[in-house]
Amino acid sequence: MIRFKKDAFADERNDDLKEVGVTRQRSDAQGHVTGRTTFYDDHKVPGMLHLRPVRSPHHHARIRSIDTTEAERMPGVVRILRAGDVPRNIYTVLELIGIGPADEPALAFDKVRYKGEPIVAVIADTMETATIAASKVRIDYDPLPAVFDVEEAMAPGAPLINEYHGNNWYSYDGKDHQPVRMGDVERGFADADHVIEERYQMSPIEHAPTETQGSIAVPDTDGRITVYTNTQGLFFSLDVTALILQVPSNKLHFIGGTVGGGFGGKVDSLVEPLSILGAMLTGKPVRYLLTREEEMQAGPPRGAERIYIKDGVMNDGRIVARKMRIYVDAGAYSRLTPYGAVKAAAHCPGPYTIPNVLCEARCVYTNRTPGTAMRGFGVTASDFALEIQMDKLARLVGMDPMEFRILNAYRDGDMKAHGKRTSGAALIECVQAASEMANWPIGEKYKAMSSRQGGGWSPSDPPAPPPQQPSAGQPARPAVSSRYASIFGGRN
Amino acid sequence: MTLTPVQFRLNGEEKAEFVPSGTTLIAMLREKIGITSPKIGCYQGACGACTVLVDGEPQVACLTLAETCEGKSIETVEGLPKGTEFHALQRAFMENYAAQCGFCTSGMLMSAKALLDKNPNPTREDVIDAICGNICRCTGYEPIINAILAAAGNRGPGRSSSRSA
Repeated sequence: MIRFKKDAFADERNDDLKEVGVTRQRSDAQGHVTGRTTFYDDHKVPGMLHLRPVRSPHHHARIRSIDTTEAERMPGVVRILRAGDVPRNIYTVLELIGIGPADEPALAFDKVRYKGEPIVAVIADTMETATIAASKVRIDYDPLPAVFDVEEAMAPGAPLINEYHGNNWYSYDGKDHQPVRMGDVERGFADADHVIEERYQMSPIEHAPTETQGSIAVPDTDGRITVYTNTQGLFFSLDVTALILQVPSNKLHFIGGTVGGGFGGKVDSLVEPLSILGAMLTGKPVRYLLTREEEMQAGPPRGAERIYIKDGVMNDGRIVARKMRIYVDAGAYSRLTPYGAVKAAAHCPGPYTIPNVLCEARCVYTNRTPGTAMRGFGVTASDFALEIQMDKLARLVGMDPMEFRILNAYRDGDMKAHGKRTSGAALIECVQAASEMANWPIGEKYKAMSSRQGGGWSPSDPPAPPPQQPSAGQPARPAVSSRYASIFGGRN
Repeated sequence: MTLTPVQFRLNGEEKAEFVPSGTTLIAMLREKIGITSPKIGCYQGACGACTVLVDGEPQVACLTLAETCEGKSIETVEGLPKGTEFHALQRAFMENYAAQCGFCTSGMLMSAKALLDKNPNPTREDVIDAICGNICRCTGYEPIINAILAAAGNRGPGRSSSRSA
């Protein structure tokens, strides 16, 4: 049940709203309950061909040879696609916004870097024929040592996974990590009453949508290709596909928007380029969907993350220093992980105001299935680690965990570690509402605090000192809001 | 290729098809007849998105051979409305927000219909048991359970009796 906490920020909000808080029927509900919502695979296209990929059984291997002669001889097989058929085989999805290097083949040719990587695509008149023909493609491999652990991948002497990077990590301006720095974290640890360091590990998570990824590409009469697809990013996938196939984007007409569960897993544009290439080369409609097994094995998951958090905390509950080392497991290719790791860095130290922060977020290549977006990726794993850490810290200093969070929560105007001031904060009000709904009593002092600038300030508290001026050659040590300083006894 | 004749009733109407031996019911419905409400989520009987009723029993159409439906009655979501009137389950699913992406909805509706046809007054536990073979990955189970109970006109008592049980 949804409850609106309307007393919070009432003066900042116009409650004269027509739709918010009013129950409305979903616009797609009738289609769903009548079975008439048209998912991509509900489009019936006459003369459709079916594409089945041949995937790597190895996590890491050199490809010595590929022999498709037996598959080609099978009746019903129309065309076999190989790396050489793809106009611009090496790409990366974030090239669209200028983030490179291109590091992934649409079809592998010299090496495979994860189990389930596609190498050859067989197009045949039925799904059964395509599946059998795919099993007749002979690929000779030279297995290579595989790496599945982010720290092992970073260690000297680790096997090089993705040659397009030259290292097993994404380079952020020449560094092996994306840094975020504020204050002096080592001085904070030296001044702290307690220092603890903990290690957190989150496994990859498969989105497992009920509808697997797929697309149907249909050659149109006007020289365009009409594409029915369940991508979550229709124009993103269109542009990625246009890049890979080196065609103007106006030659592709993507029809979609109806997605049978996505959760971030249907943004990598894995199926559209091959089905469209198949349609271009055969002149026939081509359908390419992932089987359930492929969705689980080769479909991108939320990438694994390993996070170390070292905190300095005072006996009165103030966190005075936080250092985070974040390793985001990209798997074999970049996809969206270089961006996810930056999100992780920007999120440090969580929704709390801590004067001394150091974060190093790494995007690491391993031989795992490439990871992708999933519901807050880059931030979700950090929050898992941070909130467990907050409970541990509260226990360490003998504070109630809700009160401990309210004490350290960011307020409007507080400087965040990445150098922007907090605005629109509402964490304190959320914790207060949660404590109320859970019948978890918190002290009056904490009930009176708020996320506003000056919220929680009391005239009896000593005034805050003026913000420190940055000295030449030194990064600015951001000022801490007067309210924050007053809550924490004016120390800052 | 040997074609097998199959005669059956589909949503109350007589139907006859020739299918290659080994054709699944889902393939016959979706590809030959154009009934697209049952969805393919796994093709291994695990997700329940293809659930249809065969002689009133919920069955996963991806593991049911078309030829075994000879002489049987098959029901899908297409047969739920009576003319322009929605089935009580369809109304309840709309009113209770029991569909998010919609991909599992057809299977859910058919499992629910099988339950209500046999047991018009199910408890919450009965409903949970009836849809235990239908996966909703948007994890909207609560509104689905509530919708089925609402369709049975049993929302309040069904809930409390099941809690005390």
